[in-house]
Amino acid sequence: MDPVPVKSSSKSQVLAFPEAETTPLSRSTLTRTHKQLLDDLGRDRLVEMYRKMVEIRSFEQRAEQMYQQRKIGGYLHLYMGQEAVAVGLLAALRPDDYVATSYRDHGIALALGIRAELLMAELFGRATGVSGGKGGSMHFFSKEKNLLGGHGIVGGQIPIGLGAAFRAQYMETDQISLTLLGDGAMNQSVFHESMNMAALWSLPVIYVVENNQYGMGTSVERSTSVKNLAMRASAYGMEGVQIDGMNLLECYRTMHEAVKKRRESPSPMLIEVKTYRYRGHSISDPGQYRSKEEIARYRKIDPITQVRRLLEELDWLGEADAKALDKAVRDEIMEAVKFAEESPEPELAARDRDVYAP
Amino acid sequence: MPSITYREALNQAMVEEMERDPTVFLIGEEVAEYNGPYKVSQGMLERFGPRRVVDTPISEASFTGLAIGAAMTGLRPIVEFMSFNFSLMAFDQIFSNAAKMLYMSGGQFPVPMVMRGPGGPGSQVSSQHSNCLESLFANVPGLKVVMPATGYDAKGLLKSAIRDNNPVIFIENELLYGLSCDVPEEEYTLPIGVGEIKAAGSDVTLLAYSRMLLLAAEARGELEQDGISVEIVDPRTIKPLDLELIAKSIRKTHRMVIVEEGNRFGGVGAEIADQVYRACFDELDAPIERVTQKENPLPYAKAIEAASLPSVPEIVAAVKTVCYHN
Ligand SMILES: Cc1ncc(C[n+]2csc(CCOP(=O)(O)OP(=O)(O)O)c2C)c(N)n1
Ligand SMILES: [Mg+2]
Repeated sequence: MDPVPVKSSSKSQVLAFPEAETTPLSRSTLTRTHKQLLDDLGRDRLVEMYRKMVEIRSFEQRAEQMYQQRKIGGYLHLYMGQEAVAVGLLAALRPDDYVATSYRDHGIALALGIRAELLMAELFGRATGVSGGKGGSMHFFSKEKNLLGGHGIVGGQIPIGLGAAFRAQYMETDQISLTLLGDGAMNQSVFHESMNMAALWSLPVIYVVENNQYGMGTSVERSTSVKNLAMRASAYGMEGVQIDGMNLLECYRTMHEAVKKRRESPSPMLIEVKTYRYRGHSISDPGQYRSKEEIARYRKIDPITQVRRLLEELDWLGEADAKALDKAVRDEIMEAVKFAEESPEPELAARDRDVYAP
Repeated sequence: MPSITYREALNQAMVEEMERDPTVFLIGEEVAEYNGPYKVSQGMLERFGPRRVVDTPISEASFTGLAIGAAMTGLRPIVEFMSFNFSLMAFDQIFSNAAKMLYMSGGQFPVPMVMRGPGGPGSQVSSQHSNCLESLFANVPGLKVVMPATGYDAKGLLKSAIRDNNPVIFIENELLYGLSCDVPEEEYTLPIGVGEIKAAGSDVTLLAYSRMLLLAAEARGELEQDGISVEIVDPRTIKPLDLELIAKSIRKTHRMVIVEEGNRFGGVGAEIADQVYRACFDELDAPIERVTQKENPLPYAKAIEAASLPSVPEIVAAVKTVCYHN
């Protein structure tokens, strides 16, 4: 067990770090908070969130296939297994909030509401892609959706998100900056430097560590001196929690509360989301450092299946409707592929454009 | 002589030096249990154990700094960067500490270490993963910069780099790892700072290093058809530079083209051209031509990525320009 620091400095919250529990969603085991949350959300929003998760899964499956057909090049880091994180967190944000993440950015971009066709076109290196075909899989950007990027250097986005929070404070807005990073990225210098400044200046940045338990082939146990990553918040006098990232409602609830509090009174926060990636680190990694049993264990608490089951139990989405929804999403993704394929490649002049701002 | 890959040659060099000297150790991301991100350290954990083959967190600044401290106190670290793009995280340690320590300590603290890993663009990995950093490293007094193109050169030079008492930047290339060549079974080393004529010729000196030598060789074949005889010079080490070898070639050919995969402004080729002009201006029958990457960050999209990088047709055209051949 990790030590549980409860002493707080004058500036910090009371810090306790219990391990997040994993209770798969089910009508019979819903907590009071979750029941309340469901009432507030209502059927349509929950179905919408479910649809988004299915869209991410479907997009990633198709992207994987397109890579194998050599329609996509470079690196490809898939998001399968982590869908509840992107969808749950972003459902709690406003369109004018800012988001920055790592190269594992497909799920975040889709959850932000960027159209699949623009993302697929980016993967295909087409001029119609979100980053004009110049960024590829790792570098989705959208000015329109306030997506400050997919970043290829581990930890690179951590101070970028801090900058967006600094600007919110500077302009006296109540915008939030959501900055996602991996468990591996927590061991970069910039993480520690940014956490300190965030707390020192009470900046409205929410750092979310998507702890999928591996940084490439290195497990958290082999890379990090503490098991409970949220605990690191205490070193900076910052609020920190660990949550179950396979559970959509938990992701939504935590973010919703965190955001609400910070709109009123800005302060940073660290949320560790325990999740899992089904695939290897990138498409070229067979992921042999993980056992079949381990993967199966997570498949059993698959984030999408959990919500689907709950929707059925609540009689909010029957089996036939769920199947129809799945199919509609798959068709949309195929349309996105078609759009990408039919889009033009960037013209030669694009090579020299955007090196400097006008 | 057995034919082995560039990757295996590097592995052999590290294994042999670790057998020879118990102070040599390897440290970096995924070097041990994963057997290396590019499998260069395959089998080394098994052979030497976790004390000498050390997996790190993703903390480049600090594991590089750690290696510098270990080198100052008597070990001989080999730092592996998963790619040289990530050495940027450790630039301060390399520039401010590794390169300067011996000098600012008045000669008391040498830093015998190697920093190695693949450099240069991969294939469609976009701007942040495609840097050519050799010109930056070479700009700093105190660092040596080695960039071998073949397995034979890689093995001999890596062994010398490990034995060198200075910080050596040893830049490999992902796209060369799988290429094979003959490498002797007997022990050998190659001196740092000595280049090699990779192919003899009489009309023009074509200088290239690392992966660019593959393009140079292809261009040479094409130019032969046009009756132009190309001499390919591989400096193998960027710093210190084997100016003597280059000047000797120019005294024969009187023309020069320099190819580098990195950007043009302040590039390695600019320095070489300057040194050549100073050493043998009178020998030149034409201004030196340079073929480089274009002045943009590398994009993901395939066609404009290719159009950003040096190409065989550009090398052919540059050679024809210096030969006044149309
Ligand atoms: C500075 C830097 N070092 C190393 C890498 C190579 N690399 C890319 S992703 C990765 C693992 C990151 O793991 P984590 O932060 O847990 O994110 P995940 O991939 O699990 O989403 C590594 C080592 C990099 N891109 N940047
Ligand atoms: Mg991870």
